[in-house]
Amino acid sequence: MTDRARDGAFDDWLDALATGDPYYLDCENGHGWLPPRRVCPDCGSRELSRETLPDAGTIATHTTVHVATPQFEDDAPYVTAIADFGPVSITGLVRGVEPDAVEIGTTVGIEIGERETTGERAVVFRRRYSSH
Amino acid sequence: MTDPRVAGAGVTAFGSYPERTGRDLFAEAGLEALDQSGVPAADVEALYYGNFMGELAEHQGHQGPLMAEMVGVDAPATRYEAACASAGAAIRSAVQAIRSGEADVVMVGGAERMTNIGTAGATDALSIAADDLYEIRAGMTFPGAYALMARSYFEEYGGSREDLAHVAVKNHEHAMVNDHAQLQKEISVADALEAPMVAEPLGLYDACPITDGAAAAIVTSEAYAAEHDLDAPVRISGTGQGGDNLALQDRAHYAQTPAADKAAREAYDDAGIGADAVDVAEVHDCFTIAEVLALESLALFERGEAITAARDGTTTRHGELPVNLSGGLKAKGHPVGATGVAQLATIAWVLDGSHPRADAVPDATVGVAHNAGGTVASTTVHVLEVGE
Repeated sequence: MTDRARDGAFDDWLDALATGDPYYLDCENGHGWLPPRRVCPDCGSRELSRETLPDAGTIATHTTVHVATPQFEDDAPYVTAIADFGPVSITGLVRGVEPDAVEIGTTVGIEIGERETTGERAVVFRRRYSSH
Repeated sequence: MTDPRVAGAGVTAFGSYPERTGRDLFAEAGLEALDQSGVPAADVEALYYGNFMGELAEHQGHQGPLMAEMVGVDAPATRYEAACASAGAAIRSAVQAIRSGEADVVMVGGAERMTNIGTAGATDALSIAADDLYEIRAGMTFPGAYALMARSYFEEYGGSREDLAHVAVKNHEHAMVNDHAQLQKEISVADALEAPMVAEPLGLYDACPITDGAAAAIVTSEAYAAEHDLDAPVRISGTGQGGDNLALQDRAHYAQTPAADKAAREAYDDAGIGADAVDVAEVHDCFTIAEVLALESLALFERGEAITAARDGTTTRHGELPVNLSGGLKAKGHPVGATGVAQLATIAWVLDGSHPRADAVPDATVGVAHNAGGTVASTTVHVLEVGE
């Protein structure tokens, strides 16, 4: 198989995640999005600025997937969650926690990981423990 | 403006028929619709055809003209793709064409071949209705997406896996007399709760099966139906369609489906009715939680209250508002590109009294069909009426 072309701003965003500089796009009315976006679908604003992603997010909902697609066959069972990072929400794989221990409200950080099945890059959430 | 009439419909047996091509499935449904309507193929002025995964399942794009040819129709034919709401979107265009006076007779339908690529292949093909970059690459599958919605619903409104099990039990029981249904098998709440997990909190019996099948209907103007003395008592009196952000993560709610709210409001306004006029509904229960979300978006239940509707009997065939008398996607099956028209056919047959479960609502005059695509980023709602 030939190497796949990069997916533009999406892969740039993953690169930034990998170097520890994650960002999101913020419109002038405070609506948050992930790239690429030229216009805010909520308010029509074309003034989108790149802002630093909040350091920690909160799990809003999660599922443990047992029946996977072929691209995630060896990863299953795995946990996919949506986590809220301030004005933007992101879907990722929850790692480093037993599936049964994942809860709504759990605080997570975001990083780059790999799918076990294909080795491709994937958004990964890891639980953040309070420093106290 | 007059309401388009449903002059006839045809639905194949839904099930696992891996060796049947999409064209063979659609030919059966389309010819049955023509025969039932008594409309000659030569009078059909357009085909609106729904299909979702034809390229992936059988390496066949450009299916519109192919399917017209298969039913002996020489007319412009266009494929509609809105994930699992493909056929609903096709119906909407058919209604608009008739209402505008552009056409007097159209065929609307859809077909999907799915089981030939196996469970993993079909799971993969279905998943592309989600956002490839931000959802699929994070491991989201369709059951996974609805599981995220179910978990969010439980958190926001309460409810349990047992409540959802009652939805599955109801729809399986409804399908027992539907000979076209894929799953004619009664199940218990315990069966559903003990089934293997697909994506927690959803198990195997929370999910519709993978299905091959096709459906078609002939829709005509009132004038054509009168001139040709067609037996077409059911009319499509309202159409609505709503959209939303494609990715679940970009929505304000994970436990509500605003696209369906919009579609329902538009369809009710169009028909000049309120939700309280609805006697019977076919809703898009690709997963048990989806039926709950649909009933709340259709304003048939308050937010947070549809979760117990099957359990308390309200939506069973003996209840006040029977839902999915066909067995729904859950038991009837879900050939995705055909589902919207199969729902339309069910409601038409329930209202004209010819459906095997029509006895549940002998006095029904108003039915709705709710067809949803993806995680409900596309929804169509159609109101059908009989009488007056």
